[in-house]
Amino acid sequence: MAAAGSSFSLRLFAVAAVAVLPLLPFVPDFWITLGGYIGLYSLVAIGLVLLTGVGGMTSFGQAAFVGFGAYATAALTTKFGFSPWATLPFALAATGLMALLIGLVTVKLSGHYLPLGTIAWGISFFYLFGNIEWLGRFDGISGLPPFSIGPISLIDARAVYYLIWLVVLVAVVLSENLLDSRVGRAMRALRGGSVAAEAFGVDTARAKLIVFVYAALLAGTSGWLYAHVQRAVSPSPFGLNAGIEYLLMAVLGGSGFVLGGVLGAAIVTVLKDQLQNILPKLIGADGNFETIVFGILMVAVLQLARQGLWPFLMRLLPPSPQKAVELSAEPLERRRLPERGMAVLEAEKARKQFGGLVAVNDVSFMVKGGEIVGLIGPNGAGKSTTFNLVTGVLPATSGEIRYMGRRIDALPARKIAELGIARTFQHVKLMPSMTLLENVAIGAHSRNRPGVISAMLRLDRLPEARLIAEAARQIERVGLTEHMHKPAGSLALGQQRIAEIARALCLDPALLLLDEPAAGLRFNEKQQLAELLSQLRADGMSVLLVEHDMDFVMKVTNHLVVLDFGTKIAEGTPAEISVNPVVLEAYLGGVE
Amino acid sequence: MNATIALFLAQDGIINGAIYALLGVALVLVFAVTRVIFVPQGEFVAWGALTVAALEAGTVPGTAWLLAVLGLAAALLEVVRERHAMSVAKVAVMVVRDVALPFALLGLVIWAAPMRLGLAVYVLVTLVLLVPMGPLIYRLAFQPLADAPVLVLFIAAIGVHFSLLGLGLVFFGAEGFRNTPFLDMSFPLGPMMVKAQSVWIVVVTLLLLAALYAFFERTLLGKALRATAVNRLGARLVGIPVRATGRMAFALAAAIGAVSGILIGPLTTIYYDSGFLIGLKGFVAAIIAGLASYPLTALAALLVGMLESFSAFFASAFKEVIVFSLLIPVLVWRSFAAGHHDDEEEE
Repeated sequence: MAAAGSSFSLRLFAVAAVAVLPLLPFVPDFWITLGGYIGLYSLVAIGLVLLTGVGGMTSFGQAAFVGFGAYATAALTTKFGFSPWATLPFALAATGLMALLIGLVTVKLSGHYLPLGTIAWGISFFYLFGNIEWLGRFDGISGLPPFSIGPISLIDARAVYYLIWLVVLVAVVLSENLLDSRVGRAMRALRGGSVAAEAFGVDTARAKLIVFVYAALLAGTSGWLYAHVQRAVSPSPFGLNAGIEYLLMAVLGGSGFVLGGVLGAAIVTVLKDQLQNILPKLIGADGNFETIVFGILMVAVLQLARQGLWPFLMRLLPPSPQKAVELSAEPLERRRLPERGMAVLEAEKARKQFGGLVAVNDVSFMVKGGEIVGLIGPNGAGKSTTFNLVTGVLPATSGEIRYMGRRIDALPARKIAELGIARTFQHVKLMPSMTLLENVAIGAHSRNRPGVISAMLRLDRLPEARLIAEAARQIERVGLTEHMHKPAGSLALGQQRIAEIARALCLDPALLLLDEPAAGLRFNEKQQLAELLSQLRADGMSVLLVEHDMDFVMKVTNHLVVLDFGTKIAEGTPAEISVNPVVLEAYLGGVE
Repeated sequence: MNATIALFLAQDGIINGAIYALLGVALVLVFAVTRVIFVPQGEFVAWGALTVAALEAGTVPGTAWLLAVLGLAAALLEVVRERHAMSVAKVAVMVVRDVALPFALLGLVIWAAPMRLGLAVYVLVTLVLLVPMGPLIYRLAFQPLADAPVLVLFIAAIGVHFSLLGLGLVFFGAEGFRNTPFLDMSFPLGPMMVKAQSVWIVVVTLLLLAALYAFFERTLLGKALRATAVNRLGARLVGIPVRATGRMAFALAAAIGAVSGILIGPLTTIYYDSGFLIGLKGFVAAIIAGLASYPLTALAALLVGMLESFSAFFASAFKEVIVFSLLIPVLVWRSFAAGHHDDEEEE
């Protein structure tokens, strides 16, 4: 825990440095003002870090949300005589509601369509702010009251500086708490695409919406503060160019790190100030010439250090503390496993067509409680497609799939996961930058439910400890304990496959689907895997596995289903299948 | 609104639509070949008009200086980045092509600018200055990112736009310009007067679209570009130099941008930052067509042009709001039409 201690004291030092700065008599007022702006922009940049770096959504329209917060408080204080403090809930409600509406439409956009959408609403809102008579058109609203505490008004740059940085501190703590939680892990898994996350019960559309609204609320808070620091609002600080500058802050600082947002905001703000001093003199005209440098900086960062500058800074700091594992935490509730021999999974004439291609042709089979069933067949036989039908990744064209007697072929993947079906993937889908422990913990996502607010306020520590302890137990079960705190991307491919099994076990499944679990494993690892599977079977779990390693399949399975060109050509015990002439022909070609 | 006004608005819509069609087609082209969403396209529109304006005023346009600087930077950076693969011959080619030639051009422009050689020369000089900037920008900003995800390329494109926007302000100032029309005359068509410049725009647009069609269908180079658009790896395997096709696509986009700027310069006042919004409307058209189909893009561009001119009449202040808000439902529709493929994977 020494590392944790020094990391904590370092943070304390940083907070103290920010706090002491205005007290030093030789620091000019101007620096303090600049420091205040860094704080204001940091709030927006932190939101963008969560949105872009963590959630994988890029927004150029974040400045518009700053505008909502600013205009809301400007209108309420000047037209209705509200005190600046009283408008915060309204400013947040206005921003949050807009973000919710926009988010409902835009976060579902895939790939590059989302940032294009953000440009569109970034421009739209700029012209909207600038053309509404009631909001003062392009002149905006001026004469806003400053913040005040009792009779003391916070007009002085040094006074308001503290207010701003207090808010930043709260935002940093809340954001880091959020990321280090059940919901946060789901958010961080968004970048890896939705399939893996949905397979463990994560509602990815909802997770995206939460990140989106949270980022917008941070921006709205910044706007609320900004309006009373500037004491005037107009559309131009909320236009697209401002949105691009905010994104530059996030990209430059390091779009995967909360404090990277603060770093980026500091660099961009100071640089902008310097450039606005130097460039007009150099060029001999007035104008926002800093965009030239900012643009080049943006491209250079993407070319040279796509993770931003924060990782470089982190290398100089002591390593961040390992996530604490309390194995003594009360275990999560277990699912009741179905009785041995009972039908757990039944596929009846399951069919999947892609246009004219029949990938799975009316295949029927059954997996019973406490049984390991192998799904084998040559490449292109339809094994993975069958997996995707069972787990809800693809909808079946026709036929039925039942789990414990209940039809599941129309359910989405995450509902199927909640029922107790867990899977691994043929192509490993772990989040390389998250630790093994965090990756595995995503498996238990559906097993308890602490939400966003409790995560931010750290009211989720008990359920969180239970969840982490469960992940650690499953990691131990598959024999990867020594790698628990390493980034998943640093493990060997075979270990990553095993890690996927640990993640699947974390769901406490009644049925486990393994897609080529032995591929890439060494001999010893295969033996361990076989032992693990036998033990799971002994515990009453059912397993359906796709595998090409025939020795392995013959050794571990009770029952085999053979597919060829999407059609079931045989099924039976391993011994029966190994002498079945039809199967031999499919694998080895006809013996004429 | 009566029929005359409607006709007038339609005329406006067709002219704007023609320009958006050109830009939209160029965007589709660049995206297909390089996966770059070429946001800085709009800057070429503004610079096309403003370079002509500077030449008309008998001054040296800043773009002449920029070309020389970009050439020098591209050559230097490429020598550094690819120092292991450099040969004397390669360096010599770069020195001549990227450094000597642009500086020679700059000298020529400085020498010839005060002579006021006439509109045809201005147009030619503008094209010669702006078209090579396309490939130079590709080499500087995008070539090193050629294998990056679309999203990264997009952010880089925004970065390039930001830089060029600032440079435009340096070169041309905050003042707007309106250029001399090619032919200063109007003629009656039914109840309304049609400017010759409007006819020019429509004719040149149609000619350019036809030329592009012929280029892609009839020439080897055009086919190579199409092949790269379909599959970069496959194109590389059959011996198509993928980098060269990227440069080619950027050259075409720069040319189309510059031509659009030259065409609309006499019709509307152009400022250093006017290009962005014009380019974005080309974008709206390209996106309606799914960043894939050329004819659909042209058709969508016409729609955007019409929507813009009619909303300018009914709610002039909210013209931009209406056009860009249209994009969101279109994006939603496109996003769902594209299906749920897992294209977000990175790291």
